[in-house]
Amino acid sequence: MNVPADLLYTKSHEWVKIDGDVATIGITDHAQSELGDIVYLDLPNVGRALRAGEILGSIESVKTVSDVYAPISGEVTDINEIAKMSPENVNSDPYGDGWLIKVKMTGKADGDLMNAEAYEQESAH
Amino acid sequence: MPTKVVPAPKLIFEKSSPGRVGCNLPKADTPAVNLEATLGGVRKELNLPEVSELDLLRHFTNLSHINYGIETGFYPLGSCTMKYNPKINEVVAANPGFTGIHPMQPIETVPGALEVLAQVQDILCEVTGFDEITLQPLAGAHGELTCLMLIRAYHHSRGDSRRTVILVPDSAHGTNPASAALCGYSVRSIATNADGNTDLEALKAALESDVAGLMLTNPSTLGLFEPNIEEICRLVHEAGGQVFCDGANMNAMVGTTRPGDHGFDCMHLNLHKTFSTPHGGGGPGCGAIGLKSHLEPFLPQPVLRRSPLGKPELLTERPQSIGRVSGFFGQFLMEVRALAYLLAYGKSGLPQISRHAVLNANYVMARLKEVLPAAYDRPCMHECVLTAQRYKKGGVRALDISKRLIDYGIHPPTNYFPLIVPEAIMIEPTETECKQTLDEFCEVMITICQEAETDAELLKGAPTSQIVGRLDEAQAVKQLDVRWQPTKDECLV
Repeated sequence: MNVPADLLYTKSHEWVKIDGDVATIGITDHAQSELGDIVYLDLPNVGRALRAGEILGSIESVKTVSDVYAPISGEVTDINEIAKMSPENVNSDPYGDGWLIKVKMTGKADGDLMNAEAYEQESAH
Repeated sequence: MPTKVVPAPKLIFEKSSPGRVGCNLPKADTPAVNLEATLGGVRKELNLPEVSELDLLRHFTNLSHINYGIETGFYPLGSCTMKYNPKINEVVAANPGFTGIHPMQPIETVPGALEVLAQVQDILCEVTGFDEITLQPLAGAHGELTCLMLIRAYHHSRGDSRRTVILVPDSAHGTNPASAALCGYSVRSIATNADGNTDLEALKAALESDVAGLMLTNPSTLGLFEPNIEEICRLVHEAGGQVFCDGANMNAMVGTTRPGDHGFDCMHLNLHKTFSTPHGGGGPGCGAIGLKSHLEPFLPQPVLRRSPLGKPELLTERPQSIGRVSGFFGQFLMEVRALAYLLAYGKSGLPQISRHAVLNANYVMARLKEVLPAAYDRPCMHECVLTAQRYKKGGVRALDISKRLIDYGIHPPTNYFPLIVPEAIMIEPTETECKQTLDEFCEVMITICQEAETDAELLKGAPTSQIVGRLDEAQAVKQLDVRWQPTKDECLV
């Protein structure tokens, strides 16, 4: 399973990449593999204020519809329009072209986020 | 052995040849009419196929040969009760006395039809333990919605409009939260505990003063009977809520136990599952509902009720009624089929349905235990939920096992439902299958599980025996336009 070392992770299988006060958010390789072929992304509007832990949107695959949770608090500054049009990018490149949203963080990433090692252990069982 | 590959058939449009006809119409004995002037002409862009009678016959006969249904093989699709629909139902429903009546003809000219509906209501009341039945809802989810509308009308009639939440277990059919949302409720999810039952502590915690009711499937979608059902109903009632039973799994209870006795206030039935009216493309559905007398004032109208002398009558002066939920009383000829089925079994025969359904599911679960363990290790009801998790390490998923079954000529069971079971395979054999069929199925499943360990690629590539292999499901969801378009050469315009 692909778990890049430079990202932070949630128990609900989102990843977050923090660059200054901008956080890029997506779902993990494990999550996309469990979901199967993804057909639709329901993402928040730019400008929406997110609280850590709240549902930011949902992902529909041929198998199921699954909620995506905000790993951190902040304001949505950008959504991945290309992935919205081609959701298969989330399957093929979950950490790259398949990113979901960018958020301007209001406050720090809190203690619930895991590093790659901890996430790998968490999602192994 | 896997079955042989069938060549892909051509579309009837592709078999078309300009000017070829399937029948010779007699010479017109009325004056010719100018189509251009009266109808604005004939739409040339339709490119309707032109074939002979024999072309047509072969086309549809060949298509029927690649179809799969309960009449060609075992169909263990969990949660769907794909039981055999006895042909006596069709014989009875084809009676000209039923097929020759019109929905709009005066009600006093169809006493026989009203008697059929009244008898279905009477028997379903007895089978479910409810005081009232209405046959108006047209399908299962429509029945769910109608029950929720009754619950809402009941609360409002008591001046209680603060209840805005419906509780739904995390194992529920997706239609439950959808029906609640359509009825204007928000949904609060209730966890399932380690035994596969409703988590009573989670339920208690969720039972706040805003709860209008609980939607509970019993037996649950895990195929397990809820042992605390009476306690659950008591708790919800104590908190002022109502309890709806999702009757999708009624096949496990027919003739042996009654939801009305468990404490439920209302339920829906799928006549097209439990009472053997056609199902799965053969529809239409039939979502009769049952309810206790305190919900009676709100019944959809008109209400069909027997007079003191037993004559069925339609009552329309119902000031508290939620109104009509469909134009007529469900799908009338389906009610006829259900009545034929119920009467053919008779009161003494009905328990056979649920007993054999439960026995068959437990037999399959026990025979597959070594290769596909049950998600919850306890006796099941009419269906068993197994997990294929152990094959995941080798790259084989539940879906691959199901796809491989097609190569052995068997319809796949339900996959990935309920959502709380990893790599779920849900098998519902129904009571209409014999031991030989179940044994053949189990042996195929065991073989496939051995293949999963020795030859994962075989399963990943399955099915290879059909006119199509793995479909591109993602594209099928996104690209909905499947209309045939002629190439330039084929274009007749």
